[in-house]
Amino acid sequence: MFEIRIHSRGGQGGVTAARLLALAAIYDGKYATAAPFYGAERRGAPIVSFVRIDDKPIRIYSQIRKPDMVVVLDASVMDVVDVLQGLKAGGKVFVNSQQKKTFSGYVSSNVDLTGIALKENLVVSGSPILNTPVIGALAKMGIVSVESAKKAIREMFTDERNVKAAEAAFREMSA
Amino acid sequence: MRIRSPPLQELDTIAEIPKEEYVLKCTSACAGCSDSLALRYVLKAAGPDTVLVVPACCTSVIQGIWPNTAFNVPVYNIAFGAAAACASGMSNAFRAAGKKTNVIVYAGDGGTLDIGIQAMSGAFERGTDFLYICYDNEAYGNTGMQRSGATPLGARTTTTPAGKTDAKKDIDAIIAAHDPPYQATAAAAYPQDLFKKVQKALTFRGPTFIHVLAPCPPGWRYSTEKTVEMGKLAVKSGMWVLYEREYGRLTIGAQSKAAMKKPIPLEDYLAPQGRFKGIDAKTVDIIKQRIARNLARLAAEEAAP
Amino acid sequence: MKKIATGNKAVAEAVKQVRPDVIAAYPITPQTEIVEQIAEFVSGGELKSRYIPVESEHSAMAACIGASITGARTFTATSSHGLLYMHEMTNWAAGARLPVVMANVNRSLGPGWNIWAEHTDALQERDTGWLQVYVSTVQEAYDATLMAFRIAEHNDVLLPVMINLDGFLLSHIMQPLDTIDPGDFIPPMSLPHAIDTKNPAGYGGLTGPDQQFRVRWDIERSMRDAVKVIEKTQEEFAKRFGRKYGFTEDYLCGDAEVIIVAMGTLGKEAEVAVDMLRQEGVKAGSMRLRWLRPFPKLNLKGKQVVVIDRDYSFGRGGILATEITAQTKEQVASIIAGIGGQEVTYEDIADFVRHRCMGTEFWFGVDKYV
Ligand SMILES: Cc1ncc(C[n+]2csc(CCOP(=O)(O)OP(=O)(O)O)c2C)c(N)n1
Ligand code: SF4
Ligand SMILES: [Mg+2]
Repeated sequence: MFEIRIHSRGGQGGVTAARLLALAAIYDGKYATAAPFYGAERRGAPIVSFVRIDDKPIRIYSQIRKPDMVVVLDASVMDVVDVLQGLKAGGKVFVNSQQKKTFSGYVSSNVDLTGIALKENLVVSGSPILNTPVIGALAKMGIVSVESAKKAIREMFTDERNVKAAEAAFREMSA
Repeated sequence: MRIRSPPLQELDTIAEIPKEEYVLKCTSACAGCSDSLALRYVLKAAGPDTVLVVPACCTSVIQGIWPNTAFNVPVYNIAFGAAAACASGMSNAFRAAGKKTNVIVYAGDGGTLDIGIQAMSGAFERGTDFLYICYDNEAYGNTGMQRSGATPLGARTTTTPAGKTDAKKDIDAIIAAHDPPYQATAAAAYPQDLFKKVQKALTFRGPTFIHVLAPCPPGWRYSTEKTVEMGKLAVKSGMWVLYEREYGRLTIGAQSKAAMKKPIPLEDYLAPQGRFKGIDAKTVDIIKQRIARNLARLAAEEAAP
Repeated sequence: MKKIATGNKAVAEAVKQVRPDVIAAYPITPQTEIVEQIAEFVSGGELKSRYIPVESEHSAMAACIGASITGARTFTATSSHGLLYMHEMTNWAAGARLPVVMANVNRSLGPGWNIWAEHTDALQERDTGWLQVYVSTVQEAYDATLMAFRIAEHNDVLLPVMINLDGFLLSHIMQPLDTIDPGDFIPPMSLPHAIDTKNPAGYGGLTGPDQQFRVRWDIERSMRDAVKVIEKTQEEFAKRFGRKYGFTEDYLCGDAEVIIVAMGTLGKEAEVAVDMLRQEGVKAGSMRLRWLRPFPKLNLKGKQVVVIDRDYSFGRGGILATEITAQTKEQVASIIAGIGGQEVTYEDIADFVRHRCMGTEFWFGVDKYV
């Protein structure tokens, strides 16, 4: 089983990113679940979502304690939350950021998803949309296939700019 | 018998509003929330010898996570439909013990117009000594903006995705039918007016009611910095009317008097709000007619000898 | 059709397939998505039901009762305090023999306000005459909702059915969902005692001591008959659509020496704990209880039983443990875990088995292992 924890802030699309990822994995012929963890907090508070991908049906509902990968959609979350908590040795860390961030003992990578969203004019009520471009970056990392990623995005969004943004993230991601 | 209290001194400037804060800075309200803004002035007016009774609503969330609390007066949280009945018991117990403690229900429109209306009607009919404040964000904010009896005609909510086809329930007329010693409308956008009305309400013995318009950025879908503007546009367009009714005698507020003379176009109020996006001309027309009828009714009531 | 959905969406999808005549419901976290989805289906013309956005749950159930007695198919959904607020009317629906179907998203009870999973809400409805099923996957939420209509409306049953799904854990998780066209698997509803102005009758009027017990016995008789109807419905569902359900879902119970009994998502996660325990050489099994009413005959002979209750009856114990000790002479270790959404993992469940203290009660997070 491959377990991913996504860190974001309420309203940034972390929950949708988890859902897109699970859907893409299912299109890849795998089993997957996406579970947001809902706290009592309101918009803007740091939140986590969990994605599990496996070859067998998934029977676990509790939170992911030892993820294989951590995705950070909002780097500012790292100031208040230990995003590496429980991450398996050698695990992957992806951060939405212009600057390369390295975490010793882990495989780290980054793409400026915010910049991509702005360039594609993928902005809803003032906030750049990060949940579709991040799927492009994760496809480059081999978590899901590109075809399934696009199919999942098209299933959940009608606006083609979402696919374009994912493709841009795929290109900018140094594999 | 209802006893009339001495009139309060007029407070004209914001400087005279007490500096004490009872709503602390650590609430978990959304940015631009007028529920918490209004409550700030309600508690400043009521002072420390006050207990808030709060049914399920956004206020149950914004006070923070127990055992912490962001409010500096006791808050008694109670089931969604039970606030007024709970406050009846509390008020009677305080009075029986010879205490003057203010008992204030602070409830949303759902907890007032919908599920809580039976308990509220009972408490008003029994002459309960309390102040009932309904902050009206015109939907169920706590659960993510479903329609309520207070949602205006044409507004989209998650349970009226094509716009509400029923009109807003006139809770103020229902309250008036209970003939309370004091009732008023207010808006979070006019805090001094709200402050004065709360102070005044608390000088009466018996049930008093204040209905506060509380614009809500995520629910009404406008950007957060426009909260005060939204409340003012509601008043200036006549969609919301500020008034007081004291022993049955109606006085319309100056801001609404001005709006009655020269209202701004209703469209100026509707356009910035996402919830009215795509509203058809016929519905806008019906809203306009209702506004006109309401204003004429209130003007006639005020003019009557 | 293969898709991905939350537990709430799966319920709404099933309701769309079954097309109730009248739906009356009131929002409450974490059930809200069901109401919102149904409102959207109705508004978009995809679902030709009348949707009544009532002002409270008491009215939701009362509206379902009023609709159902005319012979209409009805549905509602709620959770926690909504269910409590309905309580008078849930009794009424069962007593009036009305096949109302309701999804209840299990959530803790106040005070304080807690929106997370717990089963005490539904278990407080245990004695009302409702059939109750607890599900553990998105697919099962969908399938159970479909089957609920057929079971409730069966003329040997004519009792309301409640489908229970864990708040957030299941209501908000995304899992694969295969939707089906139930076709004539759900026959049109025909209520023998429906109101008919050509044949006027009184309903629920004064009933004397010489009659009331008969009316109540009749509910119990139907509850007993429901066992067969449930079995048949589940069998036919498996035949037609290929997915098998029983009164319980048993995992490696055959040769097991110790069996975990739980409901909902905990019951599913227990299977992962069983796999771990088996690797350590512990002969464990899992029996996930699906139907609480009618309560099935459980085959626990010769086993140690570890019951996990996500609920409690103050002054008595875990409600499921109490039900099981009333039925079997086997030793039971009663675990109280997951109250108010308390996090319980498969590792914790494995610990409950490793440290089981037969004949005692253990509150997870409060008691210490000895
Ligand atoms: C009996 C019951 N039904 C439903 C709920 C869920 N619920 C909690 S608050 C709320 C809506 C509150 O709306 P409103 O009174 O307008 O207050 P707001 O959230 O807008 O501040 C609902 C439906 C509940 N807590 N109890
Ligand atoms: S939803 Fe609206 S009323 Fe509720 S806290 Fe947010 S802004 Fe305030
Ligand atoms: Mg409201």
